[in-house]
Amino acid sequence: MSTTTTDVQSHGGHGEHEHNPYHQHHFTTMEQQFDTSKLGMWLFIVTEILLFGGLFVGFGLMQHRYPREFIEAHEHLKQLIGGHPFPLYGAVNTIVLLVSSWTMVMGVNAAQTNQKDKTVRYLVITILLACVFLVIKYVEYSHKFADHLLPGMFYGHQAEDLIKGTHGYATFFAFYFMMTGLHGIHVLVGIVLLSWLAMRAKRGDFTSEYYTPVDLVGLYWHVVDMIWIYLFPLYYLIS
Amino acid sequence: MSTHTESHSHGGPKIYTANLFALLFLTIITVAAASFNFGAANVVIALAIASVKATLVALFFMHLVWDKPINSIIAIAGFLFLGIFLMFDFLDVTTRDHMQPRNMPVMENATPVPDTMNPLKAAPPKPLEPAPATEEHK
Repeated sequence: MSTTTTDVQSHGGHGEHEHNPYHQHHFTTMEQQFDTSKLGMWLFIVTEILLFGGLFVGFGLMQHRYPREFIEAHEHLKQLIGGHPFPLYGAVNTIVLLVSSWTMVMGVNAAQTNQKDKTVRYLVITILLACVFLVIKYVEYSHKFADHLLPGMFYGHQAEDLIKGTHGYATFFAFYFMMTGLHGIHVLVGIVLLSWLAMRAKRGDFTSEYYTPVDLVGLYWHVVDMIWIYLFPLYYLIS
Repeated sequence: MSTHTESHSHGGPKIYTANLFALLFLTIITVAAASFNFGAANVVIALAIASVKATLVALFFMHLVWDKPINSIIAIAGFLFLGIFLMFDFLDVTTRDHMQPRNMPVMENATPVPDTMNPLKAAPPKPLEPAPATEEHK
């Protein structure tokens, strides 16, 4: 009897004997349901790419307009390490996000393979890394606030190498705070989503049959990482 | 049951870990490359390395290698339209200096503009300088 049951399931996939509680009846199979959700997530990701893409294009335009100011202003994102300017905060945050992407994908893998405890553990580590990212961001922003390196009309840095209130520097910091701020909001949303996932995973909601939320939040988290992959060289490295 | 699991389980910890090390290695490369002065090529190098990293994330962390092709098509379409956006922006910025008002033909049936609002009549046309050179801020 048991062999015939597994046969029906593996071939047909309708699973009428064991109806998965998360199987919505307007989908024929769990797999179809999963693929549909994933397709929708990818469409959302495209809107994210275009949202940040527009900001990157604006940044490129303004860099072309104020090349000298942008290069001078970006030096303020670096810290002196052993007498040499180095983008410490940016580089550390890049590593933090890359590692968090890895823990995320390991979490998805654990959910796929029915390893409940491992899923929870990887999700919690991902949340902690996201918090580390935001703490570093907070320290970085605090330095900028203290130096009055603020966007647009609030700009008021008084150092010798920068002239107070010039358009180029104010524009650079307007883009800097807009783009890293919007990215930071995405990290914050990610923390909320990951916490929700961790709670559900602990409750035992996810199995190899149903792990759609883990997979989709994973995709979202990798997009956040991907945006930072472009933000880091453009803001912290280009000279 | 087993076939169902296999159809979804792809990649695996080994590939993910290898991908992480590749990404960290490329991060070191991009930081190192930025310390050298290649002139205008610095931006190109930085963006090229960033694009390789983004591709690695999309292919392995976001499972596009093992996924149904439709998801890759959507992702590529997104970047394609971003590319079109960037390309026209680039064309605009790099050719703007050649498009001076005095080179433009006068329209015959255009709505008359008050002389004070017409730069050609209010002041004699002078050649525009490239945007970076103008000191418009004091």
